[in-house]
Amino acid sequence: MQALLLAVAVTGATSLGFVGHAKNRLLSGAPVGFGGAAEMSGAVAPVLLVAASGLVLAVVPVLRRPASYWLVPPAAGGVIAGLSWIAGRCADAFAASSPAMARTSLGAGYWLVVACALLAVADAAGRLRLRALPALLAGAVAVLPLAVLIAAGATDQLSIMREYVGQRAAFLAALLRHAELVVSAIIPAALIGIPLGIAAHRRERTARIVFPALNIVQTIPSLALFGLLLAPLSRLAEAVPTLGRIGIGGVGPAPAVIALVLYALLPIVRNTAAGLASVPAGVREAARAMGMSRRQALWQVEAPLALPLVLAGVRIAAVQAVGLASVAALIGAGGLGAIMFQGLFADALDLVLLGAVPVVLLAIVVDGLMKALAAASQPAPA
Amino acid sequence: MITFDGVSKLYGETKAVDGLSLAVQPGEMLMLIGASGSGKSTALKLANRLEDCSMGTIRLDGDDIGRMQVETLRRRMGYAIQSVGLFPHWTVARNIATVPRLLGWPRAKILDRIRELLVLVQLDPDPDRIAERFPHQLSGGQQQRVGVARALAADPDVLLMDEPFGALDPITRGVLQTELLRIHRRTGKTIMFVTHDVNEALTLGTRIALLDRGRLVQVGTPLELLTMPATAFVREFLGGDDYGLKLLAVEPVSSRVRAGEIAPGAPVAGSVSLRHALSEMVSRRTDCLAVVDGAGVPLGVVRLTDLIRA
Repeated sequence: MQALLLAVAVTGATSLGFVGHAKNRLLSGAPVGFGGAAEMSGAVAPVLLVAASGLVLAVVPVLRRPASYWLVPPAAGGVIAGLSWIAGRCADAFAASSPAMARTSLGAGYWLVVACALLAVADAAGRLRLRALPALLAGAVAVLPLAVLIAAGATDQLSIMREYVGQRAAFLAALLRHAELVVSAIIPAALIGIPLGIAAHRRERTARIVFPALNIVQTIPSLALFGLLLAPLSRLAEAVPTLGRIGIGGVGPAPAVIALVLYALLPIVRNTAAGLASVPAGVREAARAMGMSRRQALWQVEAPLALPLVLAGVRIAAVQAVGLASVAALIGAGGLGAIMFQGLFADALDLVLLGAVPVVLLAIVVDGLMKALAAASQPAPA
Repeated sequence: MITFDGVSKLYGETKAVDGLSLAVQPGEMLMLIGASGSGKSTALKLANRLEDCSMGTIRLDGDDIGRMQVETLRRRMGYAIQSVGLFPHWTVARNIATVPRLLGWPRAKILDRIRELLVLVQLDPDPDRIAERFPHQLSGGQQQRVGVARALAADPDVLLMDEPFGALDPITRGVLQTELLRIHRRTGKTIMFVTHDVNEALTLGTRIALLDRGRLVQVGTPLELLTMPATAFVREFLGGDDYGLKLLAVEPVSSRVRAGEIAPGAPVAGSVSLRHALSEMVSRRTDCLAVVDGAGVPLGVVRLTDLIRA
C-alpha cells in the first residue's frame, strides 16, 4: 500500500502541473511542473525537506518492522509542508514580477501528492492498530507543519490563501454556520431517532412503518427535499408571523435543519434497532428472569450493549450531515457551501476549494471524534 | 413448595403444556425430562412467569403467582440457562450481584455474599482473580459456575435451571453435576431442573417428571420410574438399550452390602452406585469388593451375585 502510494505520488508530481500561473482569478493558469516550481522557488531547504521526507516514506515499507510506521505521520507532514513551502515561494516570486491581479494556484500534482501523503498516514495508523483518537492525532501531526507555514505567512501569495484573506470574516462565519447546521440537526435527530429505534425494535408494526418511510426520505435527492419543504414552511411563516420573525421560513436555516434531521434519522434509527437486536437472546432472557423491570433491563443491560452501534449510527449521520449541509447553501442556509457556490458561480476555482477543503477536513474530524467516543463506550475490554 | 394445578399453556391451537398438575416438594431436586417439544422448558418458564399460564394456577408456598408482582416473584427464584446469559459488560462480581442489587442490599453485604458464592461454586474468591474478569475471559465451565452463583445470589428458596450444563463438554458437565449435588445438599434449595439427558436426570434427580407432548406421563424417584414404569413409553425413554446398567446406577452399594464379611483389595465407599461397583469388579477381575462408610469404617462386602438380586 505504502509503495503504491509512493509510486502514484511520484508519477503525479512529475507528470502533472504542480502550480499554475494566471493573470487573474478567473483564468485557468498555465501549468508549471514540480521541477520548474522548485527552480522558481529559489530555495534549497524546502526541496531537501521533501526529498528527505520522501526518502523516509520510501524506506519504511522496506524495513519490514511494524514500529517503523511511526515515522510515516511526521514524514508525511514533511512532504506536505515542503511542497506547500515550495508552492508558496513560487507564488511569492510570481507575484513580485506580475500585476496585483495575477494568481498562483495549486495544481493537480500538488493535490495528488497531498492526498497520497494523507492516505499513507491512514494506512500507517491501520498497521499500528491505532485507536480512533491516536489516529486522529497522527493525522494532526501530518498537517501541523503546514499549519505553522500558513501561520508564518509562507503561503500568503497562493490564490487559495488570497481568497481566504479576501473572505476572512465570511469564511469564519460560514465555518461556524456549517458546524451550527450540523449540530442543530444531529441533536434533535438523535433525540427523535434513538427512541424511534427502540420502538422499532420492540414492535414489529412500528418497524414496518418507520423503516420504509425513512428509506423513502433517504432516496429523495437533497435539493428536491429542500424544495419540498419550501412551500409548506413559507406558508407556515405567513400564517404565523411570529415564526417568521424568529427565522422560520421557506428559505434559510429552518428548512435546511429539518431536511438534515430527516436524512440523519435513518442511520440513527437503523443502528439503534440493530444494536438492540444484537443483544444475545440468553442475555435478554436472563435480565427478565433476574427480575429486572423492562426499564431496568433496557438501561442496565440492553442500552450499554447497543451503545457502540448506536454511536456508529450517529457518526454516520453526522458525517453525512457535514456533506449535505453544503447543499443547504442553495436555499440560503449559509455554511461552507455558500463559499463553494459563490466560487462556482464566479468561476473562481480557488474559492470553491476554500469551501470544499474545510468540509472534507470537518468530515474527517467529526468521523474521528465519533469513533473515539464509540471506542470509549465499548461495554467490556477485549 | 411449588404446585402446578391443572396448568396449560397454549400457543394458538397447540398445547405446549397440557393439564399439568405437579407438586414440587421443598428441598427436592425435581428433574423435568422429555424429548424436544415435550413442554418441559415451557413448564419451567411458567414457574417464574417468563410465560403466563393459559389455564390453571401455579402456587408458590400457597400464593397464586399470577397475583404476585412479577419482578418480586422472579427475584425470589434463581434462574440458570444453557446459554448462561451472563451480562457481557459486567464483571463476574457485578454479574453475581445482579439480584442483590435489585433488592437494594447494602454494599458490604453484597461483597460478602460474592465471596461466599465464589467459594461455594469453587471459583477463586481472591477478588483480583476471577471476580474482576469479564465473562468472555472465562471458560464455558467457569461461566456456568458464575451463572449458578448468580442464580443463588439472593439466597432464593427456589432454583430454576433450564439445561444449564447442556452446552458443556462431557467431562466439565460431569464435574458440574457433582458440584450441583454438593451445593444442593449444602443449601437444601428446591430445584426444578430441565434436561433431555436421561443419565443426568437419574444422577441428579430426587424425583423425575417425564413429559410427553405437554402431558405429565409419570413422576417418581429414579428407582420408581425404572422399576415401575407407568407405560411402555416411560420404560423406553428411560431405559434405552442399557436399562440394566441404569437400574444399577440409581442404587447405592450400601443397600446390598453383606455385613461382617471381609475382602482383600482397595475398598469402595458405600455411597457409590452399584454400577460403579460392577465397573470396579470388571476392571479388577474380581467378584467381591470391600465396602466402607464415609469415615473409612468397614461395612462388609458386595459380591457380583448381589447385583442381580431382585
